[in-house]
Amino acid sequence: MNLQNLTQDKTYASVLLALASVTILIPFCNLIFPEDSALHFSAYSVSLIGKYLTFALLGLSLDMVWGYAGILVLGQGAFFALGGYAMGMYLMRQIGTRGVYGNAELPDFMVFLNWTELPWYWYGFENFGFSMLMVLLAPGLLAFVFGWLAFRSRVTGVYLSIITQALTYALLLAFFRNEMGFGGNNGLTDFKDILGFNIQSEAVRSVLLLMTGLSLIGALLLCRWIVNSKLGRVVTAIRDQESRVRFLGYRVELFKLWVFVFAAMLAGLAGALYVPQVGIINPSEFSPLNSLEIVIWVAVGGRGTLYGAIIGAVLVNYAKTVLTGLMPDAWLFCLGGAFILVTLLMPDGIVGLLRRRIKPKPTLNATGGQPA
Amino acid sequence: MQSQRFRTRLKTPPGLRPADRSPKNSLLSMMTTTSTQTGIETRGVFKRLFELVFLNTVRREPVAGLSAQPGSNGTSAVDRSGWLIRIGLVLLIAAAAMAARPVLADETGNPLDLLRQGSMSEREQAVEQLAADSANLKLLQALQDGKLFELKAEAKLAIGLETQTGYSLTDPISGASLGEVERGAVGKINLNNKLRTLLRKAIGQLQLNHADPAVRLGAVQAMAKNVDDKALALLKDHLDHEADAEIVAAIRSVLLLQDINSPDKSQRVNAITTLKEFDSQDAVNKLQALTEKDADGNFVEADSDIRNLAEAALIKIRGRMQAYAAIETVFFGLSLGAVLVLAAIGLAITFGVMGIINMAHGELMMLGAYTTYVMQQLLPNNLGTALILSIPMAFLVAALVGIAIERGIIRFLYGRPLETLLATFGVSLFLQQAVRSIFSPLNRSVATPDWMSGSWQINDFLSLTWNRFYILIFCLLVFTALLQILKRTKLGLEVRAVAQNRGMARAMGIPTSRVDAMTFGLGSGIAGVAGVALSQITNVGPNLGQAYIVDSFMVVVFGGVGNLFGTLVAGFSLGIANKVLEPYAGAVLAKILVLVFIILFIQKKPRGLFPQKGRAAES
Repeated sequence: MNLQNLTQDKTYASVLLALASVTILIPFCNLIFPEDSALHFSAYSVSLIGKYLTFALLGLSLDMVWGYAGILVLGQGAFFALGGYAMGMYLMRQIGTRGVYGNAELPDFMVFLNWTELPWYWYGFENFGFSMLMVLLAPGLLAFVFGWLAFRSRVTGVYLSIITQALTYALLLAFFRNEMGFGGNNGLTDFKDILGFNIQSEAVRSVLLLMTGLSLIGALLLCRWIVNSKLGRVVTAIRDQESRVRFLGYRVELFKLWVFVFAAMLAGLAGALYVPQVGIINPSEFSPLNSLEIVIWVAVGGRGTLYGAIIGAVLVNYAKTVLTGLMPDAWLFCLGGAFILVTLLMPDGIVGLLRRRIKPKPTLNATGGQPA
Repeated sequence: MQSQRFRTRLKTPPGLRPADRSPKNSLLSMMTTTSTQTGIETRGVFKRLFELVFLNTVRREPVAGLSAQPGSNGTSAVDRSGWLIRIGLVLLIAAAAMAARPVLADETGNPLDLLRQGSMSEREQAVEQLAADSANLKLLQALQDGKLFELKAEAKLAIGLETQTGYSLTDPISGASLGEVERGAVGKINLNNKLRTLLRKAIGQLQLNHADPAVRLGAVQAMAKNVDDKALALLKDHLDHEADAEIVAAIRSVLLLQDINSPDKSQRVNAITTLKEFDSQDAVNKLQALTEKDADGNFVEADSDIRNLAEAALIKIRGRMQAYAAIETVFFGLSLGAVLVLAAIGLAITFGVMGIINMAHGELMMLGAYTTYVMQQLLPNNLGTALILSIPMAFLVAALVGIAIERGIIRFLYGRPLETLLATFGVSLFLQQAVRSIFSPLNRSVATPDWMSGSWQINDFLSLTWNRFYILIFCLLVFTALLQILKRTKLGLEVRAVAQNRGMARAMGIPTSRVDAMTFGLGSGIAGVAGVALSQITNVGPNLGQAYIVDSFMVVVFGGVGNLFGTLVAGFSLGIANKVLEPYAGAVLAKILVLVFIILFIQKKPRGLFPQKGRAAES
């Protein structure tokens, strides 16, 4: 146990170190070195790495709820997209009169739909602070309502997974509708400024990467603190033996709800950091496939380890970037193969393989022994 | 014009007539025998000779006649003209002998030639003659539609369909193809209004006496659109000897609609009271017109009794229309439900009975749909047979793939549902991409055989599409078959035994792992069969399965896991709920509402509509 803790800490420390160096070095290299220098990072790679880091944050959020609370959420992408939409709404309001139709109040797509005034739910999004609050509150509120209903009536296991998938599917359909007032099919795009700075400029991109890296490091520290606290231990106990914990007198549903909402907020934050870096948010982020990809990141990295999710997210997405560039047809084969191989052959993911190499001893069962 | 004048003059030589009356000169031989061809050539020679010799002479005759009239004193002139006449006659007789007999159509002989070359009044005669035989229906219709042409080079008639370069011709009687010609090679047979009226009557009569009731009904409907006295008289005559109830009703409705305009009030009242029992759009329009006001705010119909009657009748018909609309909604709901049930029923086996979450279920349906596509490619001339054959083929393909999935992946993951979910999801991605690589990412079109396309028009307000109807029936058949397999066969018994208590089943000597594979194969095979049905109503593409997977899980969960009847009830009720909500909320919102409803429902009753009871529920 001691040895395992030690190795875990060592890997954990090295992941933290790697994150910190990426966070600081890449923006530094991008801004300091001239473009022709070998040490220069192009704007493209800066936003690509920024994107990976937001995915890592998203993976981390799923690991909290799946790895530690044993709730397989197949709709984590919905919270990510909601956070992204909140950020996108702020960025849309910053466009002002620079849109195609030059309307100071209404975003282009509303003018296009012949709307005359801003819908009530768009009020306040011109304010950055309010928008950031909504980035956390919108997914949090949805998770709260959904989780409160689900956990209170003890919907668990596969049922819960499927209704979370239905949730994100319903949101996908809803956001595709123009009448919803979120840009329909095209989503929100053509952003200009963030906090008065040009969103396209390299400096802003580097700062965004820096912010993402710092958020990820902060989130990792916070999550680690939570899982090692008493709360985290109860949550882990619920994952392993839910009824026993309940019989001991814990309000199981409240603990699960807490983790679920926390993870949703973290996913929302990831979405908010994602949108300014890729420059668009549209309903396809709600698609069930996206949410399932998050699951595979965590599974590949190794669930229930926190940093495993980060490793998995970065690796899988790097593979995706490379493969979709080289042979687009092969990506889904690889993704499908990864699902099968990881579940059959390496239930503890990459982290599990690393640990086994250090000390070949049967580790914690990946399912956590949780019954269906 | 030349030829017409020439022919009318030729009527005079009486000796030539009998030859033309020969039975050889029947319609068919005129149209098809090659003798006509020689006839054309000889006629050409004959015509030229005649014009040269005879016509010139005749034209000069008045001049010659003037000088010759005294007869006695102008001999030279008489001689000259007589000489010319003599030469003309000789030549005429020679030419007539050379000429093939068909050339010399007489006034009562061949109606086809009359149509082709005759004056308008002669064409009327021809139409009347042709109207005696129902074999000429196609020809007359073509004439009415302006699709009947004279083939100039061959002096015969043909039905022409316009193509890009000219016309593709068919024989008007036999229907045989005559190839394609250029535009200039044919001349349209023109009509005047009198001829058109005559044609309509003739066609109507022929159709009304046609052996096929569908043709007769079509004739009545065509006449109803364009009612005149003649058509009414025809219909009245026909009413007495019509046996088919549907056609009788249609004729009566046409007659009653006319009666509304009759001067006799009792007849009008009678007509309105009878019409309110008819489900016809025409009746609604007519009654509506009776209740309307004109621009000055006065009623169009002066008689208030008639007006009130019409309003009452309208209310009655509208009430029935609402009922029909409700029936239609329920039917659409049932057919959507049938699709959902078909998609979910295989899942009810794998998920419900075995407890395996198979995310590749949708892709197994997709495989079934692609099997249909492949079968139709193999049998391009027998689409219906291909469709029927693809049912067992799709079952086989999907079942084999299913068994492979079970043996290769799922059996290592029993008891770990979340891992099963992830692994089968991987399989689904794999299958999707495989199909995309093999068949291209574009949608493939699967043809609908004739007997499945179109709709069943019950009345003006209610029509049910055949393909949905068949799918509904097919769904019930598959459900019954599955139920029988589970209840009556040895496999079914073993499946239920293993589902209830695996350990005990094994102790009783049941090979549980083989039963697992067979059960999974059965569920997968049914998914493939569902895919055949889906190929008839949606696009067959790599994403076909994705569209149904969430829905089918919802149906199984809503109905209660492990309960086939629950799946059936859940599928139909969700389908109907969707279609009832659609008019108010729109298709997408209706779907969202149903999804939200299920999410809330599962919170309240986590075990579905019909939860399993007893020992099996404990697992």
